[in-house]
Amino acid sequence: MQAPIAEARPREPVGVTIKPTMTLAPETAVEREPVLRLDAVSCWYGTFRAVKDVSIYIKAREVTALIGPSGCGKTTLLRTMNRMNDLIPGYRTEGHVNFEGEDLYGQGVDPVAVRRRIGMVFQKPNPFPKSVYDNVAFGPRINGFKGDLDELVEHSLRRAALWNEVKDKLKQSGMALSGGQQQRLCIARTIAVEPEVILMDEPCSALDPRSTLQIEELMAELKRDYTIVIVTHNMQQAARASDKTVFLTMGDDRAGYVVEVDDTVKIFTNPREQLTEDYISGRFG
Amino acid sequence: MTAAAPARTTPRFEPALMRRKLTGTIFYGACVAAVGVLLLTLVALLVDVFIRAAPWLDVGFLTGVPSSRPARAGILPALVGSLEIGVIVGLVTFPLGVAAAIYLVEYAADSRLNRLLQTNISNLAGVPSIVYGILGLAVFVRTLALGRSILAAALTLSLLILPVVIIASVEALKAVPHAQREGAYALGASRWQMVRRNVLPAAAPGIMTGIILAMARAIGEAAPLILIGAFAFVTFLPNPLAGQYTVVPIQIFDWARRPQDDFQGISAAAIVVILGLMLVLNGLALVVRARLSRHIQW
Repeated sequence: MQAPIAEARPREPVGVTIKPTMTLAPETAVEREPVLRLDAVSCWYGTFRAVKDVSIYIKAREVTALIGPSGCGKTTLLRTMNRMNDLIPGYRTEGHVNFEGEDLYGQGVDPVAVRRRIGMVFQKPNPFPKSVYDNVAFGPRINGFKGDLDELVEHSLRRAALWNEVKDKLKQSGMALSGGQQQRLCIARTIAVEPEVILMDEPCSALDPRSTLQIEELMAELKRDYTIVIVTHNMQQAARASDKTVFLTMGDDRAGYVVEVDDTVKIFTNPREQLTEDYISGRFG
Repeated sequence: MTAAAPARTTPRFEPALMRRKLTGTIFYGACVAAVGVLLLTLVALLVDVFIRAAPWLDVGFLTGVPSSRPARAGILPALVGSLEIGVIVGLVTFPLGVAAAIYLVEYAADSRLNRLLQTNISNLAGVPSIVYGILGLAVFVRTLALGRSILAAALTLSLLILPVVIIASVEALKAVPHAQREGAYALGASRWQMVRRNVLPAAAPGIMTGIILAMARAIGEAAPLILIGAFAFVTFLPNPLAGQYTVVPIQIFDWARRPQDDFQGISAAAIVVILGLMLVLNGLALVVRARLSRHIQW
């Protein structure tokens, strides 16, 4: 019997997570265990198969980008990684999603516990209609956080590169912030429950170029501590911000499948598949 | 070589700006007229009632009991009866109605059965109130042996307004954006935490509006209470659980049908009292609404 997923390994206290990742050159870095391993995963909405037979793995403290044409199932696949799709009636997952050695869809695994450890940032910023402070404090509060909430809120806002802009308006509504600030607030909110993985579903598609750049810089900073999976339509974004790229496309049965997975540099300079090259060079999709 | 573009012989747009502006002005006028008609009617009614009521409205009227002599007639027993009924109806319909709505929107699958149920609840809101009186008589007065009591009356009126409360609450809950629910779930909220902390506060204003309207209806009803045994002439303060009682609308009805002119004035005074009661209850509901959504900052 596997340990229930809620009993995660003890995490370091807030504010003391200093990891000297920059000192290791990529070649000499110890090969990290994958955090998420998808094994022959298919996603079904009723009788429609949206994603077909995906086997990929997501490595720790890397940014993995999912790219591909509209409707190829990128978002579905992403939402399968923290069981958000469970909320959709008629949805089911086939195959195995392995999270740190444990089957995410195994018996007795509580999706509520999964989602705290695998957080999500959505396409359209969705701050709660509460104060900036309460937005960040929401997750810790519902998860029974015992500790200095003020400190955690500040830490999370700092990590999301938002603290300096909002430190004087913590009591104001999160909805009153600009679009880019709202999205960083949503990231701060996600960080506050100290997840291991952050899933981002086109987090910049509703933002202006400057806010987009800020989010990308933030991702580069956050991957020191977090594993990030991002769905994006923006090819430049995938090229700039990710380490690994997964290219999906749609088959004749309209089910999405993985064409190619590789280092982002490789995908964008010398892809193995013709389909990938056509897509990244803008010839289709 | 490409074909030449067709010659622009006829103008392809007829902006007709003047006509479009005129349409807009006419519509604006119609809206103003609609508001005007409503306001005029309301003001005329209020002025008429207040003029008739003025000579009779005094502390003695508010604290007195009914009497066959107009000069000594008072409304206290009816006012207390209405208040007691209002409180019980609120206590019953608020939790029942909101809980039913939460179940329908947040828990039950969006199935054909669910939709059928909601349609039927809407239909119940249109059933004549006298039918609820018959139901109340059979169920509360006779079967449950509550007798001709305030409790039986309050439960009957609760049944009457529950559909309105449920439908208003369902609509308010449905209006909360789905992204709010996903945001809470993505942070590891359980369904109840999500409902309690995100959906309910956001829906509270809409829910309270529905409850205010429904309560006003319950307090203004006379028909079903006649059937389940409200008395017209009660000279003591009613016990909420048992015994005779009356309510303001029935008192108004009783006075208004008497031949003496003085009782017409007293009837008008009672109408002013019930309007005041509505105002107080609506004010209360606004306070509750503000408290429920005090952390909500859109």
